[in-house]
Amino acid sequence: MAKKTIRGKAKAKNGMVDVKLLMKHPMETGLRKDKDGNPIKAHFIQTVTATADGNTVFTAEFNTSVSKDPYLAFSYAGEKGGALNIAWADNMGDSDAADIKVK
Amino acid sequence: MDRRSVIRVVGGALVAAVALPKMAWAAWSKSAMDANESTAAMNELFGMSDVTTSAEVKLKAPEIAENGAVVPLEVRTDMDAEQIAIFVDKNPSPLVMTATMGAGTAGLVKTRVRMGETSNVVAVVKSGGKLYSANQEVKVTIGGCGG
Repeated sequence: MAKKTIRGKAKAKNGMVDVKLLMKHPMETGLRKDKDGNPIKAHFIQTVTATADGNTVFTAEFNTSVSKDPYLAFSYAGEKGGALNIAWADNMGDSDAADIKVK
Repeated sequence: MDRRSVIRVVGGALVAAVALPKMAWAAWSKSAMDANESTAAMNELFGMSDVTTSAEVKLKAPEIAENGAVVPLEVRTDMDAEQIAIFVDKNPSPLVMTATMGAGTAGLVKTRVRMGETSNVVAVVKSGGKLYSANQEVKVTIGGCGG
């Protein structure tokens, strides 16, 4: 996947960093059928990992029932100017990662 | 060692080297995600299903979701949360997502989920080795799972 799929904002306030993420992904459930009635294969993000200054601060595991183009928000202990990296991996071996500036 | 087996060994090492970074991802709780019933999923995920309903767990969900494909949910707790999981009882696979908190990470998860039909939504927080929950019914007008 060459295109940027991760959009996010990280804002530091009172020692906590509030993170909001949007990931572009079809999140196919595997329950839908195409117009010819053939089942569409499940294709969904399974893991999202947030690493801040070398520490894993938050990991999420998604099932097929997370909405298309998943939204995820969380909050970790950190300061402005820190390095935050977000990475996801799906069930078909695709993955993407992005660095987000903590403002 | 003849040429053929050298290729095999070198090839094998290459495959292993390429496959290794992928292995680091493989932390997906398949058995819990595939479970078709909330209690079973909870057992698979936490190794227990003893849950105490707690006012300390706050689940924010709409009472009526017009579009079952995008139901905004928020789970928040002031407890020292190790893990937060969200279950939609009537979905084909009730466990929607689970999040693991690192040290100092707040007990907070916000996301959007799919709901096939009107169902009870359960937020489970693991804190100090015990499970605490909150639940709310969300009425769904149009389901979001099938096509």
